[in-house]
Amino acid sequence: MLHLILFSVFAVIAVAGALNLLIQRHPISSALSLIVVMGSLAVEYLLLGAEFVAAIQVIIYAGAIMVLFVFVIMLLNAGVEERTKGSKVALILGFPAMLAIGLLLAWVLVRAPNVGSVNIGAMYGPPKAIGWLLFHDFLLPFEVTSVLVLIAIMGAVVLASPVRSRFSKPQPEAESRQAFKVAAARDAAHEETISARRSS
Amino acid sequence: MVPLHYYLVLSAILFACGITGFLIKRNIITIFMSIELMLNAVNLSFVAFAARWHVLSGQVFVFFVMVVAAAESAVGLAIIIAVYRTRETLNVDQANLLKL
Repeated sequence: MLHLILFSVFAVIAVAGALNLLIQRHPISSALSLIVVMGSLAVEYLLLGAEFVAAIQVIIYAGAIMVLFVFVIMLLNAGVEERTKGSKVALILGFPAMLAIGLLLAWVLVRAPNVGSVNIGAMYGPPKAIGWLLFHDFLLPFEVTSVLVLIAIMGAVVLASPVRSRFSKPQPEAESRQAFKVAAARDAAHEETISARRSS
Repeated sequence: MVPLHYYLVLSAILFACGITGFLIKRNIITIFMSIELMLNAVNLSFVAFAARWHVLSGQVFVFFVMVVAAAESAVGLAIIIAVYRTRETLNVDQANLLKL
């Protein structure tokens, strides 16, 4: 009974946060409601006994990824979402699509043969056991993800760093010619001083 | 005792919310957040199945999904910054260079 009550409370919070993400028009409000969803999902994981997943949900998702999102929102100074012609069409088509998909999924799931129920803290998954599994059975996928993260880091740096040649203005031709003349004169003077030193 | 259905239906509702956000939002950052919401919904059903059948592999899969989500958000947000630099907008309707 306690399990059902806690599950219902945090399920309602998660769904409310998800709906708030759709309703809010400022990206920061959407980001904060997504953090609410992630926090309540972490509680659901704890109820299932998956402590490791709950911890990394809070640390990685709510801690790292959402900070990245908030950082980009601040960096780009993102304002309130504009209403366009496309957004009206999307609103008209989007909500019926959501209802259809949600009802279809729920119908399929509820009609499925009895899949049983879970107890509170049903799963005993200490980090040691998960680490053993990760480094024995899933060693190759684990190494592949490390390469993936490395590539993602490099890609992010390359994509986000400013491209000088594309964004800086090309120098006007007369100016560059003038600069060339000045440089040539300076080089000639330099060579003259060198030859004068040698002769003396 | 909570039936496994409840967890799966909650996961389906969150996934549907994510799809809707992907469809109705015009801000590219919010669209990205909807993708994260869908990934979270899938993670919930992974953990629920893992708890039902006492298999730890489900939690390892959640770990992999999180790694992929982190990589995806890092690259995606870098792409958003690059798009904003060239197009000066975050609206997906205005990024229409490929349209006829």
